[in-house]
Amino acid sequence: MCLAIPMRIVDTDGVSARVEVEGTSTDANVSLIENPSVGDYVIIHAGFAIEKLDEKEAKNRIALFDELGMTESALLS
Amino acid sequence: MKYIDEFKNPNAAKAILAKIAKLAETLPAGKSINIMEVCGSHTMAIARFAIKELLPSNIDLISGPGCPVCVTDSGYIDAAMKLALRDDVIIATFGDMVNVPGAIEQHHDSLTLAKIRGEGAHVEVCYSPMRAVELAESNPEHEVVFLAIGFETTAAPVVSLVDIAIKKEIGNLSLLTAFKLVPPALEALANDPELNIDAFLSPAHVSAIIGADAYKTFVHKHHTPCVIASFEPVDIIYGIEKIIEQIINKEAFVDNQYKRVVKQKGNIIALKILEKYLETADVAWRGIGVIPQSGMKLRKKYSKYDAEQRFGLQIKPGIPDKRCRCGDVLKGKIKPDKCAMFAEKCTPLNPVGPCMVSSEGACAAWYKYRR
Repeated sequence: MCLAIPMRIVDTDGVSARVEVEGTSTDANVSLIENPSVGDYVIIHAGFAIEKLDEKEAKNRIALFDELGMTESALLS
Repeated sequence: MKYIDEFKNPNAAKAILAKIAKLAETLPAGKSINIMEVCGSHTMAIARFAIKELLPSNIDLISGPGCPVCVTDSGYIDAAMKLALRDDVIIATFGDMVNVPGAIEQHHDSLTLAKIRGEGAHVEVCYSPMRAVELAESNPEHEVVFLAIGFETTAAPVVSLVDIAIKKEIGNLSLLTAFKLVPPALEALANDPELNIDAFLSPAHVSAIIGADAYKTFVHKHHTPCVIASFEPVDIIYGIEKIIEQIINKEAFVDNQYKRVVKQKGNIIALKILEKYLETADVAWRGIGVIPQSGMKLRKKYSKYDAEQRFGLQIKPGIPDKRCRCGDVLKGKIKPDKCAMFAEKCTPLNPVGPCMVSSEGACAAWYKYRR
């Protein structure tokens, strides 16, 4: 029920937006987030953006997982 | 960059699982850690990626009441069906709801919105609540009633309908509310003497709305760790590691491991709109019963948009099917396969209990991935 995925805003008038992931796009309501702008990644749930995705935090997490993954591969090799 | 697949790194999962195994070895003999995942999307991801099977035997994951569809009371479904059978009403709803059985039976079979739709009732399935606005505008001679269910995540988008109806002066749109709140449910679970939960894996997107701080009071009161994780598999495993660390260190705090989306104070705009239109109320949870102040209803000022008021409905909590053990499953007292009806009388095609109805229900997940 609470499933939601990150999509990128490609066009917006501040209330509704066109959002896109991997070439698939759809309309979403962006009235629940602050200052929606083109290029923002937003979390889409039931046709609404419920929050922005903080790219810096996301990249930190990916780097952490990559690092953990590399220690694992090093142990296996 | 999609910020989806990057959180499915199998080597990272292996490294974290190895760490968990080491931590689990340090637990005293006979001691196990019971972690409840509150959210149905966690339940599904844990089943889909077989996370339970990857954990040491002394780390147990219990599926909680985490799906708003599963916990929708049968009395509510009966009221929705009553409305759907009126000539002047169109019911607009999320898809999962159409298969939830009500209490009313026909030929020894519980009725559902899907079944009565086959007999001509007006039921429209919507992906987004915005569809209800379109339906109301294009059917001015009908009353459109949106089945307003959901935890905090869904409540914010759904209650936006009232905001839109007021701004657009739409008079034929109302909500039949059965919103539920997560923190009061945690409180009820923690106070249940039959349950033995050491920590909660807190929901990702409920937390995006309410914020990490919303769990603080609960954590301090019960000294029970709450770790917020996304629904991606490596994030879940990492969250479990963080829970075990807290327990081994005899600590209990709110650990936000989904900082890329969840803020300390939550989504202020969404919280404001919830506060403006809704107030807390005692509501019935299917399989659990009435939990004080665990739901939200429209404020009196907006009763015009409340279908219960508009149509003079009286919704009584439904009487559960005695054979069905969803209540025990929802509370984490038994695993789904311990119910006598599981996979026999109760299947995804012909569900008896709510946990089998919703694709995110604990029984449906067990049926699909663990049987």
